[in-house]
Amino acid sequence: MPPPLQAQRLLLSHRRLNPSHRRRFTAVSSLPSAPAKTLATGAAPSSILSIRESLLSGERTAADITADYLSRLRRTEPSVRSFIHVADAAAEREAEELDRRIATGGHDVVGPLAGVLVGVKDNLCTANMPSTGGSQILDGYRPAYDATAVRRLREAGAIVVGKTNLDEFGMGSTTEGSGFQVTTNPWDGSRVPGGSSGGSASAVSARQCVVSLGSDTGGSVRQPASFCGVVGLKPTYGRVSRFGLMAYASSLDVVGCFGSSVVDTATILSVIAGHDKMDSTSSTHDVPDYKSELIPLDLLESKPLNGMRIGIIRETLGEGVDTGVISSIKAAASHLEQLGSVVEEVALPSFSLGLPTYYILASSEASSNLSRYDGIRYGRQISADDLNGLYGGSRASGLGHEVKMRILMGTYALSAGYYDAYYKRAQQVRTLVKKSFNEALERYDILVSPAAPSAAYKIGEKINDPLAMYAGDIMTVNVNLAGLPALVVPCGFVEGGSAGLPVGLQMIGSPFSEGNLLRVGHIFEQTLQNFSFVPPLLAEG
Amino acid sequence: MALTLLRGIRTPTLFRRNAGLFFTTIHPPLSSFTTRAESAQATESKAAPKSIQLATKEAAEHKKQGFEAVIGIETHVQLSTVTKAFCSCPYNYGSQPNSTVCPTCMGHPGTLPVLNAKVVECAVKLGLALNCEISMTSKFDRKQYFYPDLPKGYQISQFDIPIAKEGYLDLDLPVEFGGGHRRFGVTRVHIEEDAGKLLHSESGSYSQVDLNRAGVPLLEIVSEPDMRTGIEAAEYGAEIQRLVRYLGVSNGNMQEGSLRCDVNVSVRPVGQSKFGTKVEIKNMNSFSAINRAIDYEISRQIVLHKEGQADQIVQETRLWDESSQKTFTMRKKEGLADYRYFPEPDLPEVVLTSDYIDEIHKSMPELPEAKRRRYENMGLSMQDVLFLANDDNVARFFDSTLEHGADAKLAANWIMGDIAAYLKNEKLSIDEIKLTPLELSELIASIKNGTISGKIGKEILIELIAKGGTVKSVIEEKDLVQIADPAAIEAMVDQALADNPKQLEQYRAGKTKLQGFFAGQVMKASKGKANPVLLNKILGEKLNANS
Repeated sequence: MPPPLQAQRLLLSHRRLNPSHRRRFTAVSSLPSAPAKTLATGAAPSSILSIRESLLSGERTAADITADYLSRLRRTEPSVRSFIHVADAAAEREAEELDRRIATGGHDVVGPLAGVLVGVKDNLCTANMPSTGGSQILDGYRPAYDATAVRRLREAGAIVVGKTNLDEFGMGSTTEGSGFQVTTNPWDGSRVPGGSSGGSASAVSARQCVVSLGSDTGGSVRQPASFCGVVGLKPTYGRVSRFGLMAYASSLDVVGCFGSSVVDTATILSVIAGHDKMDSTSSTHDVPDYKSELIPLDLLESKPLNGMRIGIIRETLGEGVDTGVISSIKAAASHLEQLGSVVEEVALPSFSLGLPTYYILASSEASSNLSRYDGIRYGRQISADDLNGLYGGSRASGLGHEVKMRILMGTYALSAGYYDAYYKRAQQVRTLVKKSFNEALERYDILVSPAAPSAAYKIGEKINDPLAMYAGDIMTVNVNLAGLPALVVPCGFVEGGSAGLPVGLQMIGSPFSEGNLLRVGHIFEQTLQNFSFVPPLLAEG
Repeated sequence: MALTLLRGIRTPTLFRRNAGLFFTTIHPPLSSFTTRAESAQATESKAAPKSIQLATKEAAEHKKQGFEAVIGIETHVQLSTVTKAFCSCPYNYGSQPNSTVCPTCMGHPGTLPVLNAKVVECAVKLGLALNCEISMTSKFDRKQYFYPDLPKGYQISQFDIPIAKEGYLDLDLPVEFGGGHRRFGVTRVHIEEDAGKLLHSESGSYSQVDLNRAGVPLLEIVSEPDMRTGIEAAEYGAEIQRLVRYLGVSNGNMQEGSLRCDVNVSVRPVGQSKFGTKVEIKNMNSFSAINRAIDYEISRQIVLHKEGQADQIVQETRLWDESSQKTFTMRKKEGLADYRYFPEPDLPEVVLTSDYIDEIHKSMPELPEAKRRRYENMGLSMQDVLFLANDDNVARFFDSTLEHGADAKLAANWIMGDIAAYLKNEKLSIDEIKLTPLELSELIASIKNGTISGKIGKEILIELIAKGGTVKSVIEEKDLVQIADPAAIEAMVDQALADNPKQLEQYRAGKTKLQGFFAGQVMKASKGKANPVLLNKILGEKLNANS
């Protein structure tokens, strides 16, 4: 077998050489509590695989592994604040139980995710933990059931370590919109982790858990993955059951996942994907073993992407996009070219229509989906002398500013006399967006773009400028409108913070082509040498 | 007034139980409705032209006053499916509050509706029975409003594409109300879910929410404004009740709320084509109440028109009050409510195939209208036809009796006479008595062939109704076979004449009325079994022979 990709350094000449990287990595690997394997750099290793190997070989116990993660979590959590709820005692108990079962039952009892600590976005219902959706109106609420994605993870042996922070009900792009706390970016504590799945992204970035679940309605997995330097996957609409996901915009919502490697992300998707009789919109499309389709680095040919056609979306590299981001994406594109693919610019004229269309449709559905939070059956109830007072009081005090704004916008868009001009027209535009993506995907196997127009910005920077925040979703919302799968892999850095800020490459595919996206993402990740996406936070004390 | 909503359903204990019920329910999980994308033409014909409407007495009366009433009805039929429309909870009327609920029908975060395929089947059945065009592709929409009995803050319903539309309903008005055939248009039939119930405390200081009924499937049937009087509207409702019972899609019980009629009434001067201001009336829990409420409302509106106070008729909802026999304002409508309908994103479209519809069509029983026409063709009077066809059980009993060879008119007479009287006295329905259609046909045959007399027949009938058994066994057991042997009757007549010489003398002196006396003596001696025709013939001969 010839050594793959001889000209690695040359290939990656766009890399911003940053001496602090090497320094940081050395520091991290010397952390006593950090399992060396999970923090290795270069080709991102699979944490899930190494946990599995450790458990099966008897090298480490689940209790040890859990203790490692929990101690790192306790150390980093005061500054990162990824979690609304940490179930450390339950996690320890479950790990001990797993060790007992391994000791008595052998390897047969070890599920594919045995001992893997998972963070779950708090808008996914968990039976034995609070589930708030990041909203004060559900403070103290404990669901009676597990969301299907959570149930499937648990059945595969995963341990839910806690519930991660989010913008209230998924509405926001910074996680500042949480009703409980502000999460910070592990790469720079003064910056946002992105959102709305900011807690899930920061938790994986800071290695507070192995993998995590998020949800993506307009970019809520992909943008924080980009901001935090982790892998984030938004599956095809219907690929993963929405049962147990607190609905924000039902026709756009998808449960997605985060990992520190493509392998881990693929492993999680294989477990959570598939039809669910509790969700009529979930697909019966076959679920392949995504991980088995990934080609290990040492088996890669020199041009593994030969014959692949990749379109780089022209509209995502123009005005309003940071030059640093543009050059990272262009470099990533030439990396893909070096791997054998043909990369061409592709124009999607309907691209700019995505944003207004998204905000009309998502707000409309949200205004309906959030009606159930009325203070009657569960959640916060403010006593009043009459029914309207009870509704008004409970919702006024329980719901946050951004949520109220979107309920108002959506109510307006669905009102008699405005429906045709807003909701109906937006549905028509959505059809156009779908059509233009489908046409482009007939010509190209994959479309690429940045996952966000910039890297992580400062906390508070856009909090009072909703339009600026909404504009940040331009890269991602079209994908939700079209119902397509998209994978974000870290591809480079821009200036900022103490060690640079990560930038993610978004790869978009045809419906149910997750296998192909993960395969290409994995090749990209494996061949992207000399980048470490372990945040500086882990090098500190 | 403080408003406290039932905290019970918020307590973790009950909730946990609900959760258990949710996952361990014995009912089979609902599968979503197959949405095969086949296109097929609707198999049902379009609404037939309206038949000429004969004016009833009331309508004629209104016309005389120069006015005409226009009535339309919205009927909600609660389906008797095993599980609710969008979750696997059962529903039983009158069960403990909040005992048949789950996270889905309680509107908990993250839950999703899954359509019960049985609901679609019921809707297609009723749509076909109402001669509607069935939509090969229909969808669900959300109707949004806030109320504590509506857990999600929206009701899943069908807005612009109902599952069935443009049909009609044929019926015959009762003879005592002047009779006449009617055809009323049906605008649409759509699927929706029921809301829960508010239970108000006696003091009025708090209310409680019972969500057992939340999510129970309903079919809403909207009529054209084709009715003109209370009795027409009441009969329309009654015919819907018959249909749903014939089809087995609902128990149609008005007291339990399984069948609810909301009526729109307006009045306009004769000759005016524009409708008058319509008033909605609710809270009628019998067809008779519908009839009375509408007639009251029509009179009220006519009076206002005649007094020049037509502007006092406003678009509002009025409640029928049974005790005062009047309607009262419940709430004035402030403009049109905006329910902000939009397509339900959690449910795929309902796509039907023509095979599916044909299958259902084939499985449907004979419906009341067809039955009435069939009975009419047997030569039965409309009175008989309505009595027999209006109750599915009676019709089945009648048809079965005919299948065993009984004569239609005779069977109808027995059912409407002695059997109906018995049922009325004992407050039973025809399927609760021990008499079988076979034995009724045997009874009719036994009388016809002279084995027993009609009088004995009535005695046997009561015996069979109460205790069961066969006609044959009762006749044998009680020795009831008619004496039709002329020699035996002659002997009894001779004996009667010999026993009563004084009366015989009087007869022969010209008091011929006494023949009845002798007949009675013979009947008594024969324990009623003597064939009366033969008896009278022989007795006459004997009485007059020796004179």
